[in-house]
Amino acid sequence: MLNIGPYSFSSRLLLGTGKYPDFETQKKAVDASESEILTFAVRRMNIFEATQPNFLEMLDLKKYTLLPNTAGAKTAEEAVRIAKLAKASGLCDMVKVEVIGCDKTLLPDPIETLKATEELLKEGFIVLPYTSDDVVLARRLEELGAHAIMPAASPIGSGQGIINPLYLKFIIEQTAVPVIVDAGIGSPSDAMIAMELGADGVLLNTAVAGAKDPVKMARAMKMAIEAGLLGYEAGRIVRKETATASSPLEGLSVK
Amino acid sequence: MKLMINGKEIQVPDSLQSITELLEHLNLNDQIVIAEVNQDIISNENQSKTQIKENDKIELVRFVGGG
Repeated sequence: MLNIGPYSFSSRLLLGTGKYPDFETQKKAVDASESEILTFAVRRMNIFEATQPNFLEMLDLKKYTLLPNTAGAKTAEEAVRIAKLAKASGLCDMVKVEVIGCDKTLLPDPIETLKATEELLKEGFIVLPYTSDDVVLARRLEELGAHAIMPAASPIGSGQGIINPLYLKFIIEQTAVPVIVDAGIGSPSDAMIAMELGADGVLLNTAVAGAKDPVKMARAMKMAIEAGLLGYEAGRIVRKETATASSPLEGLSVK
Repeated sequence: MKLMINGKEIQVPDSLQSITELLEHLNLNDQIVIAEVNQDIISNENQSKTQIKENDKIELVRFVGGG
């Protein structure tokens, strides 16, 4: 089980809800992923357009835990406001703190992320900060009381996969709260590697939404995450530089 | 009554009393809408109790797809 604050989830795949070709495909992809946590952004409405189809309103909200993000925030203050707006819906008390500090890389601003996390914890939120792969920052966030740490595998939406497995492993080893690898996942093997490194979960969006067949990719991601977790729990063999035969050398009938 | 909604100046009937009535007027009442009035965030259960008045600055937001 993935335990985040007071919540427990059997799925370790957290799915983003942006950029799908259409709602029908998205609904099928969400079903195929078996995700229980879905992320959303908070944005102004177009008040002159009464009919604005919205994915959230197509969902059976009893089946999912909503994880609003604070995307769009560049300061802690903005992130806190977005989180409070989301919570005012009465639908959620978890929040993904996302404070972008660099428009080119979309990497988070560590200082504003820390400040926003501190403030939102005081306000009683279940806080999951999106961070870079900085182990010291991860520890500082944990000390504040963050309920999970969400380091990026590589830049958001880049699909570059896990570019620094060593640093991710440092975070996984040195924090007690769940580590959810967030952003940059491109393929099922990327998600599997994250789990094999010992991550507690994976959050992804573009890898599924932008796939040629998002429904099939959602299922592939679910299976990869399960396989990666099993592999991690099973414990891989030690890497050696030389070969070791798998078949016995004794009892050979040929000369 | 003149309101500033999402940065735009809008005329609405003076008879509108609450956020709930404003959302009904805008035909947005069947959606999940979160309101902020003069920078006070209003919990959705308090929308019907929250009065609106001339020159209020109102933000109406909702959940959209995101990662």
